[in-house]
Amino acid sequence: MSGTAADPRYAAPRAAPRRRMRLSWSDPLLRNLFWQVVVIGGVVLLVWYLVGNTSRNLQARHIATGFRFLTQSAAIPIGESPIPYTPSVSTYGRALLIGILNTLRVSVIGVVLATVLGTLIGIGRLSKNFLLAKFTALYVEVLRDIPVLLQLFFWYGLLQHLPGTRQALHPIAGVFLSNRGIKLPWVDWERGDTGAVVAFVLGAVLTWLWSRRAAARQARTGVRPATWPVALLLLVVFPVAVWAALGAPFSLDVPALHGFNFQGGITLSPEFAALLVGLVIYTSSYIAEIVRSGIEAVAQGQWEAAFALGLPHGIVLRQIVLPQALRVIVPPMTSQYLNLIKNSSLAVAIGYQDIVSIAGTTLNQTGQAIEGVAIIMAVYLTFSLSISAFMNWYNAHIALVER
Amino acid sequence: MSVTADAIPEVQSAVKAGAAPAIVLEKVSKWYGSMQVLRDITLTIAQGERIVICGPSGSGKSTTIRCINRLESHQEGRIVVDGTELTDDLRALDTIRREVGMVFQSFNLFPHLTILENCTLAPIWVRKMPKAEAEELAMDYLRRVKIPEQAKKYPGQLSGGQQQRVAIARALCMKPKIMLFDEPTSALDPEMIKEVLDTMIGLAETGMTMVCVTHEMGFAQKVADRVVFMDRGEIVESGTPARMFNDPQTDRLKLFLSQILRGH
Repeated sequence: MSGTAADPRYAAPRAAPRRRMRLSWSDPLLRNLFWQVVVIGGVVLLVWYLVGNTSRNLQARHIATGFRFLTQSAAIPIGESPIPYTPSVSTYGRALLIGILNTLRVSVIGVVLATVLGTLIGIGRLSKNFLLAKFTALYVEVLRDIPVLLQLFFWYGLLQHLPGTRQALHPIAGVFLSNRGIKLPWVDWERGDTGAVVAFVLGAVLTWLWSRRAAARQARTGVRPATWPVALLLLVVFPVAVWAALGAPFSLDVPALHGFNFQGGITLSPEFAALLVGLVIYTSSYIAEIVRSGIEAVAQGQWEAAFALGLPHGIVLRQIVLPQALRVIVPPMTSQYLNLIKNSSLAVAIGYQDIVSIAGTTLNQTGQAIEGVAIIMAVYLTFSLSISAFMNWYNAHIALVER
Repeated sequence: MSVTADAIPEVQSAVKAGAAPAIVLEKVSKWYGSMQVLRDITLTIAQGERIVICGPSGSGKSTTIRCINRLESHQEGRIVVDGTELTDDLRALDTIRREVGMVFQSFNLFPHLTILENCTLAPIWVRKMPKAEAEELAMDYLRRVKIPEQAKKYPGQLSGGQQQRVAIARALCMKPKIMLFDEPTSALDPEMIKEVLDTMIGLAETGMTMVCVTHEMGFAQKVADRVVFMDRGEIVESGTPARMFNDPQTDRLKLFLSQILRGH
């Protein structure tokens, strides 16, 4: 740039003139300033009124504010909890923590399953197979048009009308469907199993290192060493070998009927199962459309140009189409994840004890409505902002640097 | 159309007499639904020959060259490229696509890759070339199309003419024996047409077998060994550019020439 400044053929650059505001209603700067002052003033007034009104009413009703109730013992019966809880002994704080964990459990599993199912359905709609394309189209069109609350009632109703424990449906060995929920077998955890898991994690790290080495080697020699045999060895053969070396412990904790209920295995309660299935199926119909439109948004010319260069189908998909499709897919996908998390609050309608349900009971029992609602808001805000932050980071990571 | 004939230097013919033909089309026909878009196209292109295909829009010019690397499949007749017949066999298709480069009207550069990455992608994944070697090769071709300084930029940062020159370099990095051009200058502003045509002329001087669908009659006159005129899915007339433009035999070619000349 220093060259241009000294160049006698060009005029020396000068600073842009500053725009001055005129005291006239036809001046856009003045108008902008006026409306901003009006809006901000209105918001301040509204907040001042709400805060003042609330505190006056709280005083009139002699309601103490604050979060002291969190350490009091809670008389809330809780059906399913990932951590120990005893009604009337454990605190409200612990009860609310269980609510948060229950919301987190259904949201995390739901997001993962909805993504997998939605992606498969979305790719199915692009299939040239008539049956598959029509079936997936029907899936999307029907399921996204039925309100999610209705779908939850449907699944919950279906699960509640399963036969009792003694006549439980028994589709495959070890699995029981009854009105007490879904019973699944679970592994009796032993040292050999831990060894196998450690070996798998180690194998995954080594596989990642190997694929990086393969990429470096391709850059150097042009030939990319095959990754899948190494991955198979490290991810399957190695953990199995460790497991076998540690005595190959294998015993399944299979649920069995004892008296009126099942013993052993793990249980998915009807409430949890209905909420999970409902949320996953509803959200997957939207995700399917997002995936389909993302792939279709990549211009046909991109495929053609890549094929004309002789690139094989898999490379075209991985190097050309997916990177471009993802940048269309990620932002609306974030919205769907947030929707799923927020829709999980409908749990209260079918009796799954998520944060809304437990915080609702808490504020009923303690009368701390403002604090209860504040906790619910804080929980959803934290979840949503975390998802947003992660997805925005991912989006920036894959974003197209176009210019 | 926009470049006058005298601006372009005459390019010597590079046809190799006696060598096996580069491309053979034998009674090729194609339909879209019930509409026939190609009717018994028969055309033999020699190694080193430069063919310009012209004709009104919808005449099947683009479809014809898209059949040569099977971006479209033909339903009847035979297409043999560089000694390999185009069939449903995927290996034959791979072999042919490696040897045939293509340049599109709308450039079709990969917008998420830099200019250099656009050029090295196929050599790396198809020719199994080491990255450094592929980059050297790509820079070599980018210098030939006169934009080595843009290597680190993205396609969206380049003008249309520059993008099309990158597209040509990208195709050349595969060292193809045959180059197909599908209206390479139709999407360009007039001042950029010349830079792309100059690049194509430079390529013609290297003796490359070229099949160009174009309306640039000045280019056809100076560079083409043969001009093929198509209308409604069939080859109506073909011959040397001088014969075709000065002494058209058919009414359809006369009409076409009068229309594009009136366009000036």
